[in-house]
Amino acid sequence: MAVSRLQRAQTRLAYMLVLPATLLILVIYIIPIILVFLASLTDYTLVRDGYAFVGLENYRTMFGDEVFANAVGNTFFYAALFLPGAFVISLILAIAIQEQKQFRSVLEVLYFLPVTSTLAAMALVWAALMDSGQGVINNTLETVGIPGVNWFGNEDVVLYSLAIISLWSIIGFNMVLFLAGLTSIPQNLYEAAAMDGADHPVDKFFRVTWPMLGPTAMFVAVTSSITAFKLFDTVAILTRGGPDRASEVFLYLAFLEGFEYFNMGYSAALSLFFLGIIFLFALLQALFTDRNVHY
Amino acid sequence: MAQLELRNIKKSFGDTAVLHDISLDVADGEFVSLVGQSGCGKSTLLRIIAGLEAPDSGDILIGGHSVTDSAPKDRNIAMVFQDYALYPHMSVGENMAMPLVMARLPLYARLPGLRSVTPVSRKAQPEIRAEIEKVAKQLRIDHLLDRRPAQLSGGQRQRVALGRALVRNPQVFLMDEPLSNLDAKLRVQVRTEITELHASSGLTFIYVTHDQVEAMTMSDRVALLQAGHLLQVGAPNALYADPANLDVARFIGSPEINIAVGERGPGGVRLGETTLPAVLDGQGPVQAPVHVGIRPEAIRVLDVPGLLALGQSQGPTLTLVKRMIEDLGPEVLIHGHFAHAPDGLIRVRAQKSDLYGQSDGLAQATTLKVMLNPAQLLFFDATGARVAAKTSDVMETV
Repeated sequence: MAVSRLQRAQTRLAYMLVLPATLLILVIYIIPIILVFLASLTDYTLVRDGYAFVGLENYRTMFGDEVFANAVGNTFFYAALFLPGAFVISLILAIAIQEQKQFRSVLEVLYFLPVTSTLAAMALVWAALMDSGQGVINNTLETVGIPGVNWFGNEDVVLYSLAIISLWSIIGFNMVLFLAGLTSIPQNLYEAAAMDGADHPVDKFFRVTWPMLGPTAMFVAVTSSITAFKLFDTVAILTRGGPDRASEVFLYLAFLEGFEYFNMGYSAALSLFFLGIIFLFALLQALFTDRNVHY
Repeated sequence: MAQLELRNIKKSFGDTAVLHDISLDVADGEFVSLVGQSGCGKSTLLRIIAGLEAPDSGDILIGGHSVTDSAPKDRNIAMVFQDYALYPHMSVGENMAMPLVMARLPLYARLPGLRSVTPVSRKAQPEIRAEIEKVAKQLRIDHLLDRRPAQLSGGQRQRVALGRALVRNPQVFLMDEPLSNLDAKLRVQVRTEITELHASSGLTFIYVTHDQVEAMTMSDRVALLQAGHLLQVGAPNALYADPANLDVARFIGSPEINIAVGERGPGGVRLGETTLPAVLDGQGPVQAPVHVGIRPEAIRVLDVPGLLALGQSQGPTLTLVKRMIEDLGPEVLIHGHFAHAPDGLIRVRAQKSDLYGQSDGLAQATTLKVMLNPAQLLFFDATGARVAAKTSDVMETV
C-alpha cells in the first residue's frame, strides 16, 4: 500500500511540474491556433460589427486567387535564391575559418555581427547602400564601368536584392552552427583518413567532414528554410511588396489582408497555410535528424 | 625489408620540449614497445613515425629510405588508434576498404555518385571486396562486414581497426595503446592475439603503452621513455634485471621494486642494523648515500616472532615492521617498512607454501625478520645512476 501511495504522490508531483509549461504552451500556442482556425471559418473584418460563419469559403478564395498564387510563387522563387547561398556560403566560410589559427575568433565575431543587429534598422542601411541614384553600390559599379542596377525598383531584380540582404544577415549564424558541427568531429578521424590515404581535401570533405556533419547540415537546412518562408521585415520596410507585387511574399500578403484591408478571416486562413508549411519542415527535421546521428 | 631507424628526433610544442634527441633502431620483424608514463612523449614519437606530426629535426628511415618528408600514406605503415578512429558512418566493410579504395581508384572515381559507376571502380570493387573478406576471415569478423561500428562491442571494434590496418599490407605496424579501452579480461586475450598476429605476419611492430606489463609480455625489446628522454632500450628481462638507473628500476616490475637508502661503508653497504656484503665499483666517500633496489623476490621472510622460524640467517637480516597484508591467493604481499627507516615502504612477497600454512597468523604479527639476497640487489648512487657491485650469493645456502 505504501508503494502505491508513493507512486500516487510522485504522479501528482509530475503533473504539477509540467503544469506551468503546459499552461504557457496552451495560452501562447494552442489556444491562439484554435482561435485563428475558428476565425478562418468566418468573414470577420475589423471594419464591421458582427461576423458570419462562411465555412471553407476563405480557403476556396485563397486557392482561386491570383494574388495568392503570385505571393506563393514569389516566396518559393526567393527561397530558391536564398537557401543555396545560406547553406553553401556558410559551410565554405566555416571550413575556411576553422582552418585559421590566428584570426579565427576575430573572423567569427565579424561574420556574426549582422546576426546581433536589428534587421529592421539594418534594412535602412541597405536601402542607402542600394539606392539607385546615390547608393554606394551603384556608384562603385559605375566607376568600374558597369551600369547601375535599380535594386528595389526593377521587378526582375527586387527578389535578388532582398535575398542578398537576408543572406548577409543569416550567414554568420549558419556559419557558427557549422563551426560547432565541425569542431565536434573527432580529430583522429582525419588522422585515420590521412593514414588511409584520404588526405586530399576533396576526399577529406566527402569521406569524413560531410557525413559527420549530417545532423548539423539538416538543422541548418531546416531552420534556413523556415527563415526563408518567414521573409517579412525587409519587404515591409524597403519595398512594401512592390514594384507591382513583384516582392509580395506570402507572409506580407497575410499582413496586407489582415491589417491593411482588414479581412481578418481571410488573413487567418493565409496564416494557417503558412503554419502548415512551417510544420512540414519541422516534421522533416524531427524525422531525419535522429536517423543521421552516427555517434 | 622494413627496419625502422630514428635518428636524433627532436620535437617541442611551443616552449615545451617533448622529445630530446631520440635515436632508436628497430630491426625488420621486431616487436618494440615504447613505454612510459603519460606525457613522456611516447605517443608523440609514434605520431612522428606515422607522419601525423613532423619532427623539429632528425630523420626517420623505413627500409633504409628517409621518409621524414613523406605523407603518412606514402610511408608503407599502418596505425591502430587508441580509440580505433573507425568511420562511424561507414560499415565495417567500407571502413576496411578505405585504404584500398584510396590507393587504387583515381580521384574522380572516388567522388560520391561515381563510386559505383566508373569502369575503373567497377573493376576494382570485387578485388577490394575479396581482399577485405580474406583479412576479415583471418580476424574472425567476416560476419560483421555490413554492420556499423556503433553496433559492435569494444573487442570487435578493435579487430576492425586491426583489419583496416592489415588490408594495406604495411611494412610497419604502429599501435597506440590499443588495449586501453578494453576491459581487463579482454585485454589479456587481445594481448595474446596481437602477439600471434606479430608472429604470423612477420611485420615490424611499434607498440605504445603506459602499462609495463603489456610491454614486458609482448615485446622483443622495450624502449622506456621519461620526460622526452630514452632511458633504456633492451629486452624485457634486461630492463628488469639490469636497469640503467633508478627510474627504469622503479618503472619496470610489478609489484614495484623496493628502494631503501643505505650508505657506503668500509666493508660493504650499511643498511640499518646490517651491512650488505657488496663491494661497489668506483670511488665514493664513506657515508655517501646509496639507494638499494630490492626486488620483491630478493627478500625473504626469515622468521615471525612467536609464529614461525624458517631457518638460520646466512645473509644480511633486517627487521620489518608490518603495516598490512594483501592476500593474493597462492601468495601474500606484506607491506611494511624497515625498523630503521619508517618512511620507506617495503613490499615482501611470500609464497603461502613457504610459510607452512601460517599465513593467516601474519595478521597478528607486528614485526618480522627478513633476509636479503645480496646477489639480487641493485645499487644506485645519489643521482639515481646504477652502480655495479661485487656480491656473494648467500640465499642458495639457506
